[in-house]
Amino acid sequence: MSSVSLELVEQSELAPEDGFWVALKRDLAIAMQNKGELAQALAFMAIVVSLFPLAVGPEAQLLKRIAPGVVWVAALLAALLTLPRLFASDYQDGTLEQVLLSPYPLPVLCAGKTLAHWLTTGLPLAVLAPLFGLQYGLNGDELGVLVASLMLGTPVLSMLGAIGAALTLGVRGGSILMALLVLPLFVPVLIFGAGAVEQALSGQDTTANLSLLGAVMLAGAVLTPVAIAAALRISLD
Amino acid sequence: MNLYRYASPASFYPLAGRLWPVFAVIAALLAVYGLYEGLFVAPTDFQQGEVYRIVFIHVPAAWMGMFIYLVMAFYGVLALSFNTRLSAMMMRALAPTGMLFTFLALWTGALWGKPTWGTYWIWDGRMTSTLVLFFLYVGFIALTESIDDERRADRAGALLAIVGSVNIPIIYFSVTWWNSLHQGLTFSKSGGSKMAPDMVIAMVAMVFACWAYSIAVALVRARAIIREREPAHVWNGEAA
Repeated sequence: MSSVSLELVEQSELAPEDGFWVALKRDLAIAMQNKGELAQALAFMAIVVSLFPLAVGPEAQLLKRIAPGVVWVAALLAALLTLPRLFASDYQDGTLEQVLLSPYPLPVLCAGKTLAHWLTTGLPLAVLAPLFGLQYGLNGDELGVLVASLMLGTPVLSMLGAIGAALTLGVRGGSILMALLVLPLFVPVLIFGAGAVEQALSGQDTTANLSLLGAVMLAGAVLTPVAIAAALRISLD
Repeated sequence: MNLYRYASPASFYPLAGRLWPVFAVIAALLAVYGLYEGLFVAPTDFQQGEVYRIVFIHVPAAWMGMFIYLVMAFYGVLALSFNTRLSAMMMRALAPTGMLFTFLALWTGALWGKPTWGTYWIWDGRMTSTLVLFFLYVGFIALTESIDDERRADRAGALLAIVGSVNIPIIYFSVTWWNSLHQGLTFSKSGGSKMAPDMVIAMVAMVFACWAYSIAVALVRARAIIREREPAHVWNGEAA
């Protein structure tokens, strides 16, 4: 793992924004070495989504009604489970300290790592979401809105989650603690995301919720890398 | 006299020791007066009857719960940007009080809701955002208590408070819109808009009682934190 990182980080005489691509390529390369981990989050999501009909009964009307909430809450939990992957192994083998010493600006590196996390967790989830939607009887347009809302919303989960992951590095009880920190922060994404799908179900215009999700994502893309970098510096101080 | 010298825990410790009894006495007097006004003097509400009197603690608690989180975030900014130890100590000293008030707001709201709305809890926008605020306090306290290195705990807590405070307006509006997407409010809280003068006096007294209580408790807690972390300063400060 660390051999990949050193090779890439050592190309130092480059423009600051190259750090973004360095971090992105490096994390994607590592993710590709552990394909099993990629599948785990998806399998988890599939199981959680399949549990609900068993719990509330197979009535089609009811299932369709709860579909947006179930899929979105499952996505939140799946994102939560993958968050330790972001920094934990780099922290344990000391790579993260080298990352902090790298000539690239830390927020740029953090943005790259966060995007890599989303590409390997949120994006596959959003792409496979129609399968989950079909289990609940969603059709055409509704599936489209479900995918769109997950595409816009899951990046925010990676961004906010990265702050929590960075703050809880090496802290005892880390994973439960991280859930306590980030789940309340996920509330707006959940509301806008599930709200958009729900509006699609009742035949209303979904642009308001999707626009709000997009706005939250853009604001997050600008603000969170700085916060993630600050959190990493605090944790590795 | 240079006020900045009180940014040092060593000189703040004796000052806080002199100030907290003052605020405690103010809080006690105002609370006694406010409760007397609220429970005995203020007229019975013509719609809700006697139940409405719980607002005299409910409303101040809800305000303090929100306000204290913002004060914590403010101290967090000071702690991170100027690296002052005392700011972080005050931030952490305020957190349990903020959580307490948020809990009180939810609890008294539930007790008021049962006879008035016929249910302890509905997913009203304001109630839900207060619940999320309560979870933010839980997260803050859980994080700062799980980190053994005090300096790291302070700074991590400061960052979390800032991130949380940026999120609070987004959470507030998202929850409000979320509720209004489903249905209009069946019940309105605006019954108290035309309050009798006695009600206003009782409310104002209780609000300031809660303020004074929060300050007093935060000062005591900050003194405990200083005593725990910097015993040497305490004894020097007391002697001076």
